[in-house]
Amino acid sequence: MAQTTYQAGVKEYRKTYWAPDYVPLDTDLLACFKVVAQEGVPPEEAAAAVASESSTGTWTTVWTDWLTDLEYYKGRAYRIEPVPGDPSAFYAFVAYPIDLFEEGSVVNVLTSLVGNVFGFKAIRSLRLEDVRFPIAYIKTCGGPPNGIQIERDRLNKHGRALLGCTIKPKLGLSAKNYGRAVYECLRGGLDFTKDDENINSQPFMRWNHRFEFVMEAVQKAEAETGERKGHYLNVTAPTCEQMLERAEFAKSLGAPIIMHDFLTGGFSANTSLANWCRKNGMLLHIHRAMHAVIDRNPYHGIHFRVLTKCLRLSGGDHLHSGTVVGKLEGDREATLGWIDLMRESYVPESRSRGIFFDQDWGAMPGVLPVASGGIHVWHIPALVAIFGDDACLQFGGGTLGHPWGNAAGATANRVALEACVEARNQGRQVERESKEILTEAAQASPELRAAMETWKEIKFEFDVIDKLDAQRR
Amino acid sequence: MPEIQPYKATERRAETFSYLPPLSPERIRRQIQYVVSQGWDPSVEHTEPEKAFSHYWYLWKLPFFGETSVERVIAELEACHRANPGHHVRIVGYDTYAQTQAAAFIVYRGGRGL
Repeated sequence: MAQTTYQAGVKEYRKTYWAPDYVPLDTDLLACFKVVAQEGVPPEEAAAAVASESSTGTWTTVWTDWLTDLEYYKGRAYRIEPVPGDPSAFYAFVAYPIDLFEEGSVVNVLTSLVGNVFGFKAIRSLRLEDVRFPIAYIKTCGGPPNGIQIERDRLNKHGRALLGCTIKPKLGLSAKNYGRAVYECLRGGLDFTKDDENINSQPFMRWNHRFEFVMEAVQKAEAETGERKGHYLNVTAPTCEQMLERAEFAKSLGAPIIMHDFLTGGFSANTSLANWCRKNGMLLHIHRAMHAVIDRNPYHGIHFRVLTKCLRLSGGDHLHSGTVVGKLEGDREATLGWIDLMRESYVPESRSRGIFFDQDWGAMPGVLPVASGGIHVWHIPALVAIFGDDACLQFGGGTLGHPWGNAAGATANRVALEACVEARNQGRQVERESKEILTEAAQASPELRAAMETWKEIKFEFDVIDKLDAQRR
Repeated sequence: MPEIQPYKATERRAETFSYLPPLSPERIRRQIQYVVSQGWDPSVEHTEPEKAFSHYWYLWKLPFFGETSVERVIAELEACHRANPGHHVRIVGYDTYAQTQAAAFIVYRGGRGL
């Protein structure tokens, strides 16, 4: 240890925590922060301050530092990089020894990495852009309770994306009327319906009543179609005890899948629920309410790719990913990046997708990305091209808004999806030929014809939509 | 906009491609071509229609590991159908790496349809 004698006082962070020659270990947890320092604070000092405050350090020297081997435990800022196109900010790379973190606890990792340091005065703003979890740490986490492969095998969905629908209006329906909406969607050809995130257990529809009516709808649709179906029963609750009580009731009714809001519910609750799901053979759909509060500001908070990694470690079989469609090219690349982080077993560094580190997931199961929000039949060709088969495409208004009702809306989406998959497998360019493919399929499907007519004003040349969005910016 | 149409009584379905009109021999051929060109191992399964909900249909022979001839796969599908005329017959493409079925769809619909 360099410091051999104790000297009280404040010293510069960089003397202890800036280590440009450090070569990160395979077992280190690595983090990339986007930093805007206060005026007059040099980048090395700001980066070292981040490393210090998110690991072993505090603002002043304390004598108890001498009772331990800080060289072993301290985080180290080991690299600084400019942010392309933004001279006010820089990337700070920090390496943390694995023993700083409790095994299997994304809670503990986040408490260190995005704890006090985000309120630190020497920093004007701070954003956690990416984290490399070492495989040694990954192995201590439970991860998705089932994973994509088990979900497909259990539900018998092969060779295509899954189809879902969020039941609307999101608040106010009675349990029996709600079950009606579920039944119509499922008998029309969807695989899943979904509780909206803020459906928990309100006075207009208590959770147990909803669960009972919904499961009657699911089971009737299964018996009639001969296909396996489910409804994401939202078990998010005021307390963990109530959450688990709802999960147990869902299981007793034969539900194949339940749902949780991982950010508002919290990571401890989410990890407990994931463990319960693993033990009970239950699929777990994860909603992400509150994510935009944390991830939308480019200079503050936590990037969604980090939240994605944390959720995969904490446990969930589905996670909302955004739809890409209609957004900017950059968004498309960034979304493709975090979709990889959900599904793949190894994701290499790729700056053009916003991925700062190689990430090895080992044998941890994958999370199925869920594309939801403002999509309808005309978007299906693009969604098939972007997401491939390992995704759940969810049409809320795009099912329920069909002029003939939910069942017809569901059939329209299912026909469109199968037509696009068939065309893709034939080697056709489904995005470019979207109009021809859908028009051909609609010849045998009046439901699809009506859906295409209803939403025809929405453009189908997706590259044009991208340009419009870019111009608007 | 056409008038509201009532939705018919729920029909039995058979997962992927069962919401499209029955595939013509040429369209089936192209899907089998896709399966073998992806490197997936083709396999043929069949069942009595009333048992179709089960995960496990009868396996026709064994999966045709390494088979790349679309003609030979079609010949096996036809042989299975001839031997079990009232049965559903489906083709499965096994993906060794994902350890699941990367493709599965019904080729012959037995009995009175699905």
